[in-house]
Amino acid sequence: MLTQLIFLPLVGALLVALIPRGRPDTVRWLGLLVSLAAAVLAARVVGAFDASSGGLQLVERAAWIPGLGVGYAVGVDGISLLLVGLVAVIFPVALLGSWGSITERVKAYTIAMLGLQTAVLGTFLSLDLVLFYVFWEAVLIPMAFLIGVWGGPNRRYAAIKFFLYTMAASVLMLVAILVLHALAAGQLGERTFDLQRLAEVRLDAGVQGWLFAAFALAFAVKVPVWPLHTWLPDAHTEAPTAGSVILAAVLLKMGTYGFVRFGPMLFPEALVAAAPLLAALAIVGIVYGAAVSWAQTDFKRLIAFSSVSHLGFVMLGIAALNEQGFQGSLLQMVNHGISTGALFMIVGVLYDRTHTRELADYGGVAARMPRFAALFTIVLLSSAALPGTNGFVGEFLILLGAFRVSAWWAALGVLGVILSAVYLLWAYQQVMHGPATARHPERLTEITPRELLAFAPLVALIFAIGLYPRPLLDRSEAAVRAALDRLERPAQQRIVPQAREPR
Amino acid sequence: MEGLAPAGVLLLLAWPLAGWLANGLLGRRLGRIGPGLIGSAAVAGSFATALGLLAAYRALGPEAGPIPVPLGAWFGAGALVVDASLLVDPLALTMALVVSGVGFLIHVYAIGYMAGDPHPARFFAYLNLFVFAMLLLVTAGNLLVLFVGWELVGVCSYLLIGFWFDRPAAATAGRKAFVTNRVGDAAFLLGLFLLFTSVGSLDILKVGEAASALPGGVRLAAALLLFAGATGKSAQIPLHVWLPDAMEGPTPVSALIHAATMVTAGVFLIARLGGLFLATPGAMAVVAVLGALTAFFAATVALRQHDLKRVLAYSTISQLGYMFVAMGAFAPAAGMFHLVTHAFFKALLFLAAGSVMHAMHDVIDVRRLGGLARPLRQTALGFVVGGLALAGVPPFAGFFSKDLILEHAFALGMATGNYLPYLLGLLTAFVTAVYITRAALLTFSGRPAEPGARPHEAPPVMLWPMALLAVLSVAGGGLGARAAGEPLLRFLEPALPHPDGALAGVHAPAGPLMVLSVAVAAAGVALGWTLHRGRRDPALGALGGVLEQRWYIDALYEAALLRPARALGRWLAGPVDLGAIDALVNGVGRGLARLGADVRRWQTGYARQYALGVLAGTVLILVFWMLR
Amino acid sequence: MVPATAYLALSAVLFTLGAAGVLVRRNALIIFMSVELMLNSVNLAFVTFARQHLSIDGQVIVFFVLVIAAVEVVVGLALIVDIFRSRETVDIDDVDLLRG
Repeated sequence: MLTQLIFLPLVGALLVALIPRGRPDTVRWLGLLVSLAAAVLAARVVGAFDASSGGLQLVERAAWIPGLGVGYAVGVDGISLLLVGLVAVIFPVALLGSWGSITERVKAYTIAMLGLQTAVLGTFLSLDLVLFYVFWEAVLIPMAFLIGVWGGPNRRYAAIKFFLYTMAASVLMLVAILVLHALAAGQLGERTFDLQRLAEVRLDAGVQGWLFAAFALAFAVKVPVWPLHTWLPDAHTEAPTAGSVILAAVLLKMGTYGFVRFGPMLFPEALVAAAPLLAALAIVGIVYGAAVSWAQTDFKRLIAFSSVSHLGFVMLGIAALNEQGFQGSLLQMVNHGISTGALFMIVGVLYDRTHTRELADYGGVAARMPRFAALFTIVLLSSAALPGTNGFVGEFLILLGAFRVSAWWAALGVLGVILSAVYLLWAYQQVMHGPATARHPERLTEITPRELLAFAPLVALIFAIGLYPRPLLDRSEAAVRAALDRLERPAQQRIVPQAREPR
Repeated sequence: MEGLAPAGVLLLLAWPLAGWLANGLLGRRLGRIGPGLIGSAAVAGSFATALGLLAAYRALGPEAGPIPVPLGAWFGAGALVVDASLLVDPLALTMALVVSGVGFLIHVYAIGYMAGDPHPARFFAYLNLFVFAMLLLVTAGNLLVLFVGWELVGVCSYLLIGFWFDRPAAATAGRKAFVTNRVGDAAFLLGLFLLFTSVGSLDILKVGEAASALPGGVRLAAALLLFAGATGKSAQIPLHVWLPDAMEGPTPVSALIHAATMVTAGVFLIARLGGLFLATPGAMAVVAVLGALTAFFAATVALRQHDLKRVLAYSTISQLGYMFVAMGAFAPAAGMFHLVTHAFFKALLFLAAGSVMHAMHDVIDVRRLGGLARPLRQTALGFVVGGLALAGVPPFAGFFSKDLILEHAFALGMATGNYLPYLLGLLTAFVTAVYITRAALLTFSGRPAEPGARPHEAPPVMLWPMALLAVLSVAGGGLGARAAGEPLLRFLEPALPHPDGALAGVHAPAGPLMVLSVAVAAAGVALGWTLHRGRRDPALGALGGVLEQRWYIDALYEAALLRPARALGRWLAGPVDLGAIDALVNGVGRGLARLGADVRRWQTGYARQYALGVLAGTVLILVFWMLR
Repeated sequence: MVPATAYLALSAVLFTLGAAGVLVRRNALIIFMSVELMLNSVNLAFVTFARQHLSIDGQVIVFFVLVIAAVEVVVGLALIVDIFRSRETVDIDDVDLLRG
């Protein structure tokens, strides 16, 4: 079932390629239908998933390059399930959202989007390190094209920077994978890249540290962890709306997913040792991203830096290495995908009308687009983590998890809660409030039903997760516990006094 | 009741939620009057439900105790499980009655006040959402549910202050309110974390029970962090700056949210967590002193404000300070009493001010008003009644509640030697009488400052709510007057923990204190009358300038916090992010490119040279091989 | 009987001639012929050693070299013809697309 899910979009892309030239609407519809079919498949995976088990489920294996020990292995657990669900929701939304804004090379665009979907699904579901690496790098190709072909004026610079930066950081991960493979061959007596087999390998602290550092570098650039974030504003700003949505909602999660997936499984001691450093960088990211976001004049750059801040929260939860932190982080990955994806679509709606991203070119939009204003407000509040919306539960759990490790982490992290309100409301006021000073007031027509339809699932999720997040938390709980069990032994050595176990 | 409570309290919340949905979704289809009627009916439904709940609760007798209404697990992770739950007890019922009762009157008033506005549906949708959020806040059984209401009222406040968002001042004021509140909320969150990690639950009853067993440091830290949250919501020093600006919102909003209900949430929080606060004398001292300082500070500022609504806003800050003094003096019942009477008379004052704005086409600067007593007789009467209640003149409601607070503050002084709250409170009572007399005289007496205006009295839909509030501002004192048997205080008593220890046996001399405070109020009115008779407005010299500039606190925040923070943001975005971090990244790329540019000169494109290279290499290898 | 040294000397001279030709000539066809000269000088050396050691291996390799040379001629000439068609020249110094 997972294999079908992963490759369905790729098959769809091949079908799209067969459509003759000059029929963009057929291409759009087929692309949307394929992504919806993938969503249905993903829903079936969720249905077949057993939440009570913390292990990997629905595993499928096949020999790929047996001589080298490379296998095809996919499987899902509570950690990847949430992200698969996110991918399944975001892609149709992004395709629908870019319906009217992508008018050139629609076919190539749809193929790139569907290919991207296969690559990200493969990244989240691979259980073999070589397979994982292949998918991980395969993500770059369609994304770089999305930025470089359909992007803004400075798109080539942004695309190349994105591609080189993230790929250069990933190469060391490949080296680490090979080293791990060699060490495993010595200990296990077989050649394998299988994650579950490699998890049995015992590594001494020094080697583990180096290997983890190589993996962590690749992940940290993708997240992005401060100060490795500078590719993000450029990529986000130049990408077309759907590209920004996918980039923010899905691609950044690959990095945080990597930490949660591989950290506890392969490098538990190293992860525990690195946690304070990760937390420090996360906190710097939270505050720095928020402060810089406030100083932006370009709407998309502002949201890009807000991503740095929000992903800082996710990293903080991971670095807390406890159940609240991990659960909060997983939930917040989904939440950030929904909220920031929606924020980029908000900018997209405005950009489609006025073709400017400068905050100063707007003003008083709320009076001309009241329905859009209501939508924007909801998305904004979700991004600012207002209780009742999705963002709150995630941030609350993360900060609580951080608090249990150190009150200082939480006290500094909470600054992000304040600052997010500062820059988001500031941006909202610049764009929506005040007298009608927008540069092209006549073009600011009310949001269309099709655009509204693209937002509908996101808005529904904002409230659904905010009011009743348990379906998500319950599904990831067992997997998170299993991951933390692997950390348990070293974690016991660094228990912090105030982290008294509540009854 | 046990069976009735869940359905009743859910119905209580459902009314305004339904009103919000109806107004929000149907919007324009409701016409001009529809939204106001729906909104008012929804709140009336809540009020009726609250009355029903009250009757049912009282029927249970005095031993009823708090009735929790569990709604199931909301979310959890590991040891943390947050059960969504509500709580019905005298405190919640009192607040629910005030919120829905005063709220209903203000909704009705708003039908008239907002009659000319093109977006009534949006206005009443926000207003109903606010009532829902406020009711959720006061009936919450779990601190996190309370926090949901707490934040949601903040959002409604933001939306309503910025209701006329095309005015930059309104939009900015809304943002300022939200952000300032967020500062307090951040501390609130930390307090919740601390309570959870030390108590293991955020259930209000459990926290209250477990609080006294906590280590002193934890208790103090938790109480102070939660109090910091309260200073944000209730506009106490140092987070008071948003409330005066919030007057940019429509006047019914100022009356409902920024006078009667939302801003009292901080006071309510302390009463709600009385088990924690009363067991922590250190925190209580902070609450009392900060409350007293705020009360005095805000009252002095109110002396020299020219915007009538701003005068009332500072007055609200000042009166909230009184309520915190009561809390800090271990007398939560007295604080709640003042909360209720204040809701009556301050709402009345605001509605009267709104009526003035309505008559004068949004002119609210007292220097441009005057002589309105004749054309606006009912409004003027309402304002005077509210003003007398505020000034603490017997037999108006404010007299009883304020006097009770001062009595407890004096008792606090007797027990702990800390007479500062009492003295500041007494001084504030004097200043209060002066500034409200000034506001009334400048607005209503003498000749009109701008004779061209043709003011007209408000329509009945606005006057009737004012009339009812005026009656309550007079009769409300009966809720807590000794002569009337203190019904409210007795009702609240079981819900509030009793102070034990030092204060238990102390009784302040009630009679002399009462005489003193009446004398002070009378002197204040007299001074105000002397200073401002005939619409004179002496500037009070240099001190007046300081007061007019609000003690320069807003300017200080602007210069010491906002501007540096903005500059820091710009500095980080420019020199640091682009100039250093990104430059480093691009530098690496450029360095590699330069290396490539150097190395590529070796590729001349002449095949002969490559061949020569091959030959030379071969020879070298051969030579090496032969010499080896 | 001519001594083997003479064959080897001839081979060396031919190889040197060929190498020098490759290095100094600019006409692609001449360079091509020079390469052939080098290949054949090596062939000569192979045959010489094969005879000297009475082993068939060297002669077998000569056949390989011949085949390679033939293949090379096919590909190389095709390239040269193509270059001539597009550029009207066979001067290899004019063909410097790969100059850095």
